[in-house]
Amino acid sequence: MPFALLRNRRRPDVRPPRILPDRPALAHTYDVIIVGGGGHGLATAYYLAKHHGIRNVAVLERGYLAGGNTARNTAIVRSNYLTPEGVKFYAESVRLFKQLSHELDFNIMYSERGHLTLAHTDAAIRTSRWRAEVNKHLSVNSELIGPDEIRRICPQLNLSNEVRYPVLGALYHPPGAIVRHDAVAWGYAAAASRLGVEIHVDTEVTGILREGQRAIGVETSRGRVHAGRILQAVAGSSSRLADMAGFRLPIRTIPLQACVSQPLKPFLDPIIVSGSLHVYISQSARGELVMGGAIDPYPLYSSRSTLDFTEGLMGHMLELFPFLAEVKVMRQWAGIADMTPDFSPIMGLTPVENYFIDAGWGTWGFKATPVCGTQLAATVAHGRPTTLIEPFALERFSRFVQLGERGAASVGH
Amino acid sequence: MKILHCPLNGPRNISEFAYLGEVKSAPFPDAGTVEWADFVFMERNPAGPVHEWWIHLATNYVFIVERDTRSDTVLGTYRVDDPRVAPLLAGQVAP
Repeated sequence: MPFALLRNRRRPDVRPPRILPDRPALAHTYDVIIVGGGGHGLATAYYLAKHHGIRNVAVLERGYLAGGNTARNTAIVRSNYLTPEGVKFYAESVRLFKQLSHELDFNIMYSERGHLTLAHTDAAIRTSRWRAEVNKHLSVNSELIGPDEIRRICPQLNLSNEVRYPVLGALYHPPGAIVRHDAVAWGYAAAASRLGVEIHVDTEVTGILREGQRAIGVETSRGRVHAGRILQAVAGSSSRLADMAGFRLPIRTIPLQACVSQPLKPFLDPIIVSGSLHVYISQSARGELVMGGAIDPYPLYSSRSTLDFTEGLMGHMLELFPFLAEVKVMRQWAGIADMTPDFSPIMGLTPVENYFIDAGWGTWGFKATPVCGTQLAATVAHGRPTTLIEPFALERFSRFVQLGERGAASVGH
Repeated sequence: MKILHCPLNGPRNISEFAYLGEVKSAPFPDAGTVEWADFVFMERNPAGPVHEWWIHLATNYVFIVERDTRSDTVLGTYRVDDPRVAPLLAGQVAP
């Protein structure tokens, strides 16, 4: 690619190739329809075509490609979860992420930074130790470390005891990484469309067609389309789409806000998270500090930004990095998160036949993009959930077998 | 939404309140586990007007808020014994 740039620098008639073909006409019927053109939906489409040979697939997206939570997350990838089910699942995701640039022939800018979850209370130390032991048992590199080791890894951090919440220790997870989130979605979209998957942006699903207990197609803003199987992967609108299909979800839709600072020279290598202070910070390849916090205090379907959020976040961030007081915030935004009662996602079968779900990704969905793709593709192709996602079934709630991951959510909610 | 009109305390800053969840009809005590799981976990979670339980933390006063979840606006706040919300709460009382 760089050589092509050099070679063609004096040729204005040579244009770079388009990553995606133009939007095709909507066919009458598809083998699989995926509702939602975000990272999860596109990854599933790609693996359906690649691993299972199902290429008559349409991805329907209401807005533009990957413009929802795929574009709004803080791009952190890690696998230091709390439950064995969660750790296994995210460890597979990290493994897939590491080789994804080669797999898709698209640079996703995977940057391994190390991930520090600071503990400011005895309870947080206890959870960190628990997470470290579960992680190590499943071959995931995590360790509980003390202030001396934290100082060695991140000397910029304020480790003074003269603050409201002194740092007592941290869960250190060296494989923690940041990834260019848009590149992940575009890489999957490009690779999937090369394999024959159709991507339809600006195509809103307005209803689910059913024949008894079976889903047979969707009503869209561009007409009616029939499908053998349907997958919904629409974070932020999960309850609304499930309502169209005829079932309810254990989800509250709550905004999660984030912001970035003006760009600075690179100074912060690791990703810093503090549950007690409700803050997480990393420095992007552009030098911007990417900062996020806890979800909003009540459900909402609007991605507005609030001053309350920025005020609270900055107060906490300055406790960790007091020298950033003069740095300006450049952008602030919100994503609409599907919060489940146990802080774990919902994947697999639904009460409606031939209708599959990928929802409840709350504040932790981006890091699962590749593994979600492989597992949901297998689930949709075979009509039954894979062993890796079986514990995340929707029906776990009616059997009271939740999967409590609240302790591993990056910030306290 | 920055100010909430508490039926007991009048207009107060939103940070003094906490959201407690949608108003739902509780099943009878002898209902099966599926009904109870449904009541405990499942949400209507609508994009639009919804009745919710809120609490004013400083005075521990619980009341009902009608809110539009698309526009972040409050449509009304009601005391629990307000006749306007009586039909919603009818299912809440066990026989």
